[in-house]
Amino acid sequence: MAPPASRRSGHSRRAQYGIFTGYVVAGFGALLGAGLLTISLVNPAAFGGLRGAAHDVARPVGEASAVTRSEGQGFFASIAGFIRAGSQNAQLKREMELARIRLAEADATKQENARLKALVGLDDAQRQPVAITRFIGSTSSSTRRFGYIGAGSADGVRPGMPVRSPRGVVGRVLEVGRHSARVLLLTDSESVLPVRLSRKDLVAFIEGRGSAVLKVRLINLGVNPLKRGDVFVTSGAGGYYAPGIAVAVVTKVTGDGAEARMIADPAATDFVAVEDIYQAAALRAAQLPPGEPLDDAATASPSPAAMPAPQPTGGAN
Amino acid sequence: MARKGMLARREGYHRQLNLAHSPMLAYLTPWLSIMLASYLPSLPIASAMPLAPPLGFVMLLGWRYVRPGLLPPWAGVPLGLFDDLFSGQPLGSAILVWSLVLIAIEFIEMRFPWHGFFQDWAYAALFIVLAILAGVAFSGAPVTGAVLLAVVPQLLLSVLLFPIVARMVASLDRLRLIRFRLVQ
Repeated sequence: MAPPASRRSGHSRRAQYGIFTGYVVAGFGALLGAGLLTISLVNPAAFGGLRGAAHDVARPVGEASAVTRSEGQGFFASIAGFIRAGSQNAQLKREMELARIRLAEADATKQENARLKALVGLDDAQRQPVAITRFIGSTSSSTRRFGYIGAGSADGVRPGMPVRSPRGVVGRVLEVGRHSARVLLLTDSESVLPVRLSRKDLVAFIEGRGSAVLKVRLINLGVNPLKRGDVFVTSGAGGYYAPGIAVAVVTKVTGDGAEARMIADPAATDFVAVEDIYQAAALRAAQLPPGEPLDDAATASPSPAAMPAPQPTGGAN
Repeated sequence: MARKGMLARREGYHRQLNLAHSPMLAYLTPWLSIMLASYLPSLPIASAMPLAPPLGFVMLLGWRYVRPGLLPPWAGVPLGLFDDLFSGQPLGSAILVWSLVLIAIEFIEMRFPWHGFFQDWAYAALFIVLAILAGVAFSGAPVTGAVLLAVVPQLLLSVLLFPIVARMVASLDRLRLIRFRLVQ
């Protein structure tokens, strides 16, 4: 079809100016966008407050949809279970899978205990989560992989805190709003996580690639000892995550490492727990310049307000 | 076309005796539907890879092609800002891309005023591919082969979605121009 008659301004000066102004405004808008984009690429945390406020407003809708999502998945799981061998089958399978993950984690714990036997007096009390909340949603149209959770600064959530589901690590808090927070998922291409193989002493990095597949990079190159089905757990290096939380399972062994899948797939995640940063004092000390002595403030027990903010993009966590 | 426009006007779209459009509905429907479409992809699934099409952008193209002249060329600024708040892209990327696309559509339309649906779809497909690739480039993450491979399903899905969105826009357009009984 032809463009509407309103675009043909004819001899009317007023109409000509009106259309011209529209183009000028659009052009300036594009420039404004380019400016804002440059600012947010240089300083990714720049407009966090604005985004936080927008997600606070949208939180009730997100939580309602999270309920629907999890119940919908439960519904389909029971239908599937009935068709196969009754709905119990599906339930048992889920429990079995969880038990396998737990077993792998227990292996890791046993191994770690053996290693740490000499260090007596190590405070390893049960860690209480900062907040337990729903996983509201994720960015599913952007290449960046962020998730949103329904707890924010009002609940004590701070940037850098690890987020886990009952199955394993989901990601790490990047930005907080008042009642919601943005989580960097493991699959984001900026996410790097130090991990350890659960069955033996082997450290590696798990990198996100922006797709559903994670890349395992071994630190010691040589004969690749990985097998399909190997489970990686957090190693505790870096200080953000407590050691021994399930992260990923190897799906394909490659020449220099492996491809792995997240154990806590965000699509199947309903409730998540936000935990305290594992070694906040050490993290803060690590951020001091090399010449400076470690004073009491850097090594004392951490106050949440003075928690070091992680770099929102890049860097190993 | 002018005659066809007259016909269309006589049949459905203008004010009739005791019946009139609601200005609020007529002006707000396109804007609100695009904003809703920008927010929707973050809701139903929390996926580990980018799969949902950029629904807000496809909806914008739908309104632009189904109803040319309804959205001003600067509509990309406020709508892009809203999309940036919810899409997870760095703020400013949708403002820039949407504005440039709307300006480009204006210029193409000036050069080739007559176009049919399949031509619209071809242009829309081109703009969707460019916009998603620009989104990858502006996402602040390194552009690697793996990332580019991961957006291919999203690209295909978005391009195939355009005709459906165009039909949805057409029915929203009928909703937009519903006539209400005037109360004297």
